[in-house]
Amino acid sequence: MMTGSSFFLSALAGLLACCIIQRYKLINPYILMVMMYVGINIILTASLNLINGYMGEFSVGHAGFMAVGAYVSSILTVRVFSAQYAQWFFPLALIAGGMGAGLVGMIVAIPSFKTRGDYLAIVTLAFNMIVKSAIENIDAIGGPRGFLGMHRLTTLPWIFIWTVLTLWIIRNFIYSNYGRGVLSIREDEVASELMGVHTRRVKVLTFVISSFFAGVAGGLFAHLLQFINPNSFNILKSTDILIMVYLGGVGSIIGSILGATIFTVLLEILRPLQVWRMVIMPLVLIFLMLFRPRGIMGLRELRLFVPEQYRKAVARWRLKRKKYDAVS
Amino acid sequence: MPCLEVKNLTHYFGGLCAVSDFNLALDAGELIGIIGPNGAGKTTIFNLITGIYRPTKGVVRFKGKDLTGLRPAAITVRGIARTFQNIRLFNNLSVLDNVRIAHYAGMKYTPLEGILHIGRFGREEERISESSLELLDRFNISELAETEARNLPYGMQRRLEIVRALATKPLLLLLDEPAAGMNPSEVHRLIDFVRIIRKEFSLTIILIEHQMRLVMGVCERIMVLDFGATIAEGTPEEIQNNPKVLEAYLGQEAAV
Amino acid sequence: MSYFLQQGLNALQLGSIYALIALGYTMVYGILTMINFAHGDLFMVGAFFCFLAATYLGFPFVPALLISILGVAVLGVLIEQLAYKPLRRAPRVSAIITALGVGIFLESFTLALTPYPQHVPALMTNKTYEWLGVSISTLQILIIALSLGLMFLLDFIVRRTMVGVAMRAISWDKTIVPLMGVPVNLIISVTFALGAGLGGAAGTMYALAYPVIDPYIGVMVGWKAFISAVIGGIGNIRGAMLGGFILGGVEIFVAAFLPSTYRDFVAFALLLILLILRPHGILGKPHAQKI
Repeated sequence: MMTGSSFFLSALAGLLACCIIQRYKLINPYILMVMMYVGINIILTASLNLINGYMGEFSVGHAGFMAVGAYVSSILTVRVFSAQYAQWFFPLALIAGGMGAGLVGMIVAIPSFKTRGDYLAIVTLAFNMIVKSAIENIDAIGGPRGFLGMHRLTTLPWIFIWTVLTLWIIRNFIYSNYGRGVLSIREDEVASELMGVHTRRVKVLTFVISSFFAGVAGGLFAHLLQFINPNSFNILKSTDILIMVYLGGVGSIIGSILGATIFTVLLEILRPLQVWRMVIMPLVLIFLMLFRPRGIMGLRELRLFVPEQYRKAVARWRLKRKKYDAVS
Repeated sequence: MPCLEVKNLTHYFGGLCAVSDFNLALDAGELIGIIGPNGAGKTTIFNLITGIYRPTKGVVRFKGKDLTGLRPAAITVRGIARTFQNIRLFNNLSVLDNVRIAHYAGMKYTPLEGILHIGRFGREEERISESSLELLDRFNISELAETEARNLPYGMQRRLEIVRALATKPLLLLLDEPAAGMNPSEVHRLIDFVRIIRKEFSLTIILIEHQMRLVMGVCERIMVLDFGATIAEGTPEEIQNNPKVLEAYLGQEAAV
Repeated sequence: MSYFLQQGLNALQLGSIYALIALGYTMVYGILTMINFAHGDLFMVGAFFCFLAATYLGFPFVPALLISILGVAVLGVLIEQLAYKPLRRAPRVSAIITALGVGIFLESFTLALTPYPQHVPALMTNKTYEWLGVSISTLQILIIALSLGLMFLLDFIVRRTMVGVAMRAISWDKTIVPLMGVPVNLIISVTFALGAGLGGAAGTMYALAYPVIDPYIGVMVGWKAFISAVIGGIGNIRGAMLGGFILGGVEIFVAAFLPSTYRDFVAFALLLILLILRPHGILGKPHAQKI
């Protein structure tokens, strides 16, 4: 990765650019909207990639976590915080939404201890459905009619901040010992346990991080659209996120970015086709599965994203060794 | 006090008895072998000791403490490591990462430090990398540190598996058919290898093997299993001449 | 008392439809260890085939039923050949995602062709009888009888014919069976055809019982049928039938005592509990994995 300081500088520059664009309305509002959706989708894709790509598990109900985050954050900004201060409480609401989603993620992690593959897929889908059904049954938050009243609190700078934060945290997590634990679970769970990895703890941790960010994405989504209903978070939404993960590449941050961007943009470009979009999309997915099941950047990463310490570990050691041998 | 004590270990898979009444008292530093025809239950015993299965009956005690029913990760932390019959490396990860993972249990930073890359993270990672590379270097694989494990030649993969097991700093090492697929000269080198690591790392070793040269050449004591039951136990010489052993391997005619 | 009998009858009707569709899931799982997530949508296509046959071809009941069964059977085999067969050796993930994709494709394609819900004309005169205070319609009798008939037929095929033996053999061991001269690919296709055909039949009956259909009817019904298969033990044919009636019963009685919006919730909660406590279902056998 670029060294810490150059990373922060470029992030700051990017943030500044976003603020300027937003404030002075430099970009056509439609394109701005699409950019913001891209950001939300990147967060969703990267967070799902953590479970499906890096950990090799099979979570198919990601929209359920999004729903929790969306509703929790919306209820907070509309019912709890007073309108004029909602803007300042926005990040708190998002984090609260994320934590709510994280809690659900912790629960979903438990079945993953004993089940894999198809069964886990069903469990996670069932969770998705249960969350959706539960929301439909709670009349106080609108039930099937949905919930509205949110202010347009999601802006380009906020999207930028959260997207960068998500990617940064996920990348940090992966290139740490915990991340290695995650990867080892994917490769061979039994061997992983035998190497001393607490697979259960790692799974819970990963699910929580993943669902947290999905919840944040849900909150950003809710305050962009300003209206949410249970149907926005059904299996079709989960499938969209799956497509983005498997399109861009499993177990890859640049893959998540690519998948989310291509998918969102493609969907917009194909908008004139209306309902035929949804006919083409699954065909694209099937095509991918048949010919490139790991996605465009499957298991590969952009060198820029790999931490320097990690990349140069072997070289540094060899250098040290040489010096040591030369001295002795 | 024996290092490893196994008493009346019995395990059923549904109605099938895989291991019946296995007993073992192992002292620290010993090197013993378990042999027997395929399906005799040898790997199951390893699986039971390392916690992959919970035994139907019986007790496993390590350094005086009861291990029965603990999760594999907890058992590994206590000092038991193993390799597998059909190599279970982390294929898509690099050689270095394979060994680094073995340091998971001893890691000294919290998830929060791991997520933010602050605090003890940097130093610990450095320590883990160095320790792993030193170990790899000791066994002459450090040149391949950044290669993906699945791209290694077979012999190297076997070696990596053992190195990885050693990285967990075990007291007891369980080797499951380490010579599988090796030719005689490779087996010869493996014999030296086992002797060296035993001395250098002060290990107690249990070996499952089919290659008699390895077993007879290196084990001080041998146990013979057939259909889950222990049919013989003794020194290599005693085992070689035991009629029951011959019968188990070669059939009744040969024993006569 | 008659209230309970009435509900019992409704449960039988609903359960029959679930059971028929559940059979499709379970047969495909048994033979390929794959969950065909698109199966619910095949059921939906069956309903639409019936609609097409009745509206545009003016067919009466029996031909419409046959068209829907055959049409969906052919479609099922087509999907298997084009999308699933190439992925037989691929990681499970790919197969499941593909199945999800196929399902969405079927829904969207149907939606593109028929943007508005369609009304299926009545294909038979529906008379209602009164018996012990319970009202029974000929339609209900037909659905239940036809479903049971088809189920017995399937059970017969699986247990008494060579095709059935082959199917069961393949579900036990896929590698050895071809060495014994069994045309594995053909049998797999037959399995798909049978499962899909049953789904198509269920679609027709659904279309008659609930004449307004849209492309998304397969989603929920598909899931309920899938839950039924899991309840009975996925891969087990008798289990699928049992599970279908159990779920039908649970749903009807939940709806009788709780607001109807709880139906789905309870069904999924049941699934979750089952998967956690007894994943192999009622008639299934636990799967031991050799390490």
